[in-house]
Amino acid sequence: MAIQERLATVEVGVSRPRKDAHEKLRGQAQYVGDMEMAGMLHGKVLRSPHAHARIRSIDFAAALELEGVAAVLTAADLEDIEPYYGHAIKDRPIIAIERVRFAGEPVAAVAAISEAAAEAAVRAIEVDYEELPVLGTLEQALAPDAPRLHERRPKIGLFHGLGDLGEQEGNVCYRYAQAAGDVEAVRAQAAITVEGTYTFPAVYQYAMETHATIAHHHGDGITLWANCQHPFLVQAEIADLFGLPIGSVRIVVPYLGGGFGSKSYTKMEPLTVALARKAGRPVRIVNRVEESMVTSRRHGMRCFMRTSAAADGTLLTREAHFFMDTGAYADNGPRVTATAGDAAPGPYRFEAVDVQASCVYCNTPPSGSYRAFGATHLQWIGESQIEEVARRAGLDPLELRRRSLVLPGEPVRPDGSGKPLDADLVGDVEQAAAAVGWEEPRRPWVGRGVSVGLLAAGAHPVSRASVRLRSDGAADVYVGTTEMGQGPRTVMAQIAAEELAISSDHVTVHGADTRFTPYDRSTGASRSTTVAGLAVKRAAEAVAARLRETAGELWEIDPELVELLDGSALFAGDQIAYPDLIAKRFGFRGGEIIEGGEVRPEGGETGSYAEGPHFWEVCVAGAEVAVDPDTGVVTVLRTATVADVGRAINPQLVERQDEGATLQGIGNALFEELRFVDGEVMNDSLLDYRVPRVGDLPGAMRTIIVENADGPGPYGAKGCGEGALAAVPAAIVCALADAGVSMSQLPLTPERVWRAIQEQRAPTTTDPHDERPT
Amino acid sequence: MADELELELIVNGDPVRATLPPQELLIDFLRERLGLTSVKRSCDVQVCGSCTVLVDGGPVSSCTYLAVEAGGRSVLTVEGFAQSAEFAEFEAAFVRHAALQCGYCTPGLLLTLKSLRDAGELTSEEEIRHGLDGNVCRCTGYRSILDAARELAGLR
Repeated sequence: MAIQERLATVEVGVSRPRKDAHEKLRGQAQYVGDMEMAGMLHGKVLRSPHAHARIRSIDFAAALELEGVAAVLTAADLEDIEPYYGHAIKDRPIIAIERVRFAGEPVAAVAAISEAAAEAAVRAIEVDYEELPVLGTLEQALAPDAPRLHERRPKIGLFHGLGDLGEQEGNVCYRYAQAAGDVEAVRAQAAITVEGTYTFPAVYQYAMETHATIAHHHGDGITLWANCQHPFLVQAEIADLFGLPIGSVRIVVPYLGGGFGSKSYTKMEPLTVALARKAGRPVRIVNRVEESMVTSRRHGMRCFMRTSAAADGTLLTREAHFFMDTGAYADNGPRVTATAGDAAPGPYRFEAVDVQASCVYCNTPPSGSYRAFGATHLQWIGESQIEEVARRAGLDPLELRRRSLVLPGEPVRPDGSGKPLDADLVGDVEQAAAAVGWEEPRRPWVGRGVSVGLLAAGAHPVSRASVRLRSDGAADVYVGTTEMGQGPRTVMAQIAAEELAISSDHVTVHGADTRFTPYDRSTGASRSTTVAGLAVKRAAEAVAARLRETAGELWEIDPELVELLDGSALFAGDQIAYPDLIAKRFGFRGGEIIEGGEVRPEGGETGSYAEGPHFWEVCVAGAEVAVDPDTGVVTVLRTATVADVGRAINPQLVERQDEGATLQGIGNALFEELRFVDGEVMNDSLLDYRVPRVGDLPGAMRTIIVENADGPGPYGAKGCGEGALAAVPAAIVCALADAGVSMSQLPLTPERVWRAIQEQRAPTTTDPHDERPT
Repeated sequence: MADELELELIVNGDPVRATLPPQELLIDFLRERLGLTSVKRSCDVQVCGSCTVLVDGGPVSSCTYLAVEAGGRSVLTVEGFAQSAEFAEFEAAFVRHAALQCGYCTPGLLLTLKSLRDAGELTSEEEIRHGLDGNVCRCTGYRSILDAARELAGLR
């Protein structure tokens, strides 16, 4: 079946040019910050300078006196609603209520005729704070005598999706655990034990476009133009907050200037709506970068991990106990923690596993989603221990992986639950190793590493789409996926064109407008092509069925006998172009065919996390690095990532996904880190927070596309674009270990690496590489 | 507030006259007054290059450049560049290599490349890498942008 489809496709599998390229190149593409509405005001936010404080009073009389100021919003304006939101846990007030929990938390907001007027008014607001003890670190937040950051018992959010909340203990907002076998008993037989405590830093997604929202609160409801990744989830949360039917909230999403998770779920939308409601006019709030840096980030983490094995390298146990700094509010912390916990054992056959994780409130800015969350946190740790086990067992690390990786069809989770493996990991990692010169001679201070992991992907498989074939034979696709650069406007057009047997040049994919676009759960978790793409395929198939049916009626034959080719219906020498066929159907030069497609959990699955994932995203990479022992500078010489995508609908776009993720992986591994002092971000500017530039490209960067048609999406496709970000830092850490430097803290700054070299060279410490099992 | 100043300049080939406060930044002048929204704000500190425009042919970060400094000069944004015959070559190279994703950094990149080529500084791999060091792209991983740049440099 897959082979037949493969031979037959003319659009699928072809690197069509991006549909949005011309608009974007010519500067015509509109982003929220480029849009203006009639009567629109500009909003600015007064943010707390303190990480933890009680608000004694807010005096904004002087601000209201200033020219051009229309409204000032404070918590006092929200007494008629239940002003707490959060898709997982409703712990976050729209604007600070009596207390601030992070430096940067909105305390008041101003709407004025210009940004400058709004800014001047923000500066004129006087807030009297009583500073409170700051829980700026995990250690401080977890101390037995730490004050609770959330005294009020929060309610479960609309999209918690991870079971009951349970009692909140101290500042832990969510706990995750998985266990299989008797770890203590199995580990007692081990000849090799590797253990350590590792830290992963908070990092910033840095989508180049900051968070931006235009809100209009009017008689018929609320309209938002927002750069959100999940418009339908935001719609539901806004409706819930402001007491409206879902249909009375309309969200329009233009192009996004990058997302990477930073714009997933609800961010600045509630505050912008509240300000527009107060002002009685549309309001636009566009964050500056330092504001977006305290709007979403990746969780910092501390992890203890222990791996044990028999003398021959047979893996026995894995334990992981970790804590994630979710900041002042949960945001997506529970899901990030659960996904990290899921990734902690890695795709290996362990006899026993014990994973315990806590998602912890701190007086730091909220953490949320960032591309490949969870897997990026854990894979480098687990893989560096696999590397060490191989070394002590005297095995080639690649050989250990060949022996120990889960095979296709085997359960991934140690307790046997959830989806079995739907990929060939051994084949993938062998290709990655070969691409970085695995068998080539070794040189001093140069190392090679591979890494293998899996990321629970697909989120909830719930999407609808519709396809509309117009009377001229061109088609429109309505699908809720957000175009944030990953290419759905192109890929969805190719899928629809394939099924309709027309050129994708004649297919237009529209962005999400919740008033007209069918429901799609979210744009994230590498789900768009796999889940929303399948809904598009089904909708297009249904349109194609109508075309065959109409031709069948016309020619008085079984519709199954009608062939669709190049914009025409064909049978036994007869041919009719779609415009003529549609005219025949309606008896008139007009009309159109519209059909829908649906994807929902099938085969008894509920779409729940325990039964998931919808598919396992493959996280496999290889790296070759050089380290300068005198300076600690690490240079990435070669990378290879494996895009195990089932079927590449557009191979060029698959490559771009992996290349972008590779550079982000290099940034995460080598230098990206948000630094906090007493909970406050110290480097909230691109002058101090370094992201990868062109000079950071590895000497060679290769994407290997693997197409085994083993995904649940259209034509056997499964998602990509995140796995490489989890896999690349892990491969770099393993390569550095191969060069002789073991690291337990990211990023791998020259100072840290240099210090590690000094310590690992020092004669007083035991060289871990010489340790032999007893 | 300081007195407003008179400003006369050429923007995308057309004469423009305005009265504006001396502290107004070129990015705000172009975006808010002239509606030239291809000029993108991101880092605000002259690091990322997404607000790059050409002033008398040379690249400037309009986020840290006063509008009045452009008085008597000629400013080019992508809206203007896209009208030129030369643009087609840039467009084709970027399309062929899919050297863009979200598109937010793209106008700044195009203008940077144009200025490099006009100045004769787009002739080698080293020059390309050096010249593009001030343009951050978070999506593509740069390889495709380098490929497009090499093509524009006549290196392939």
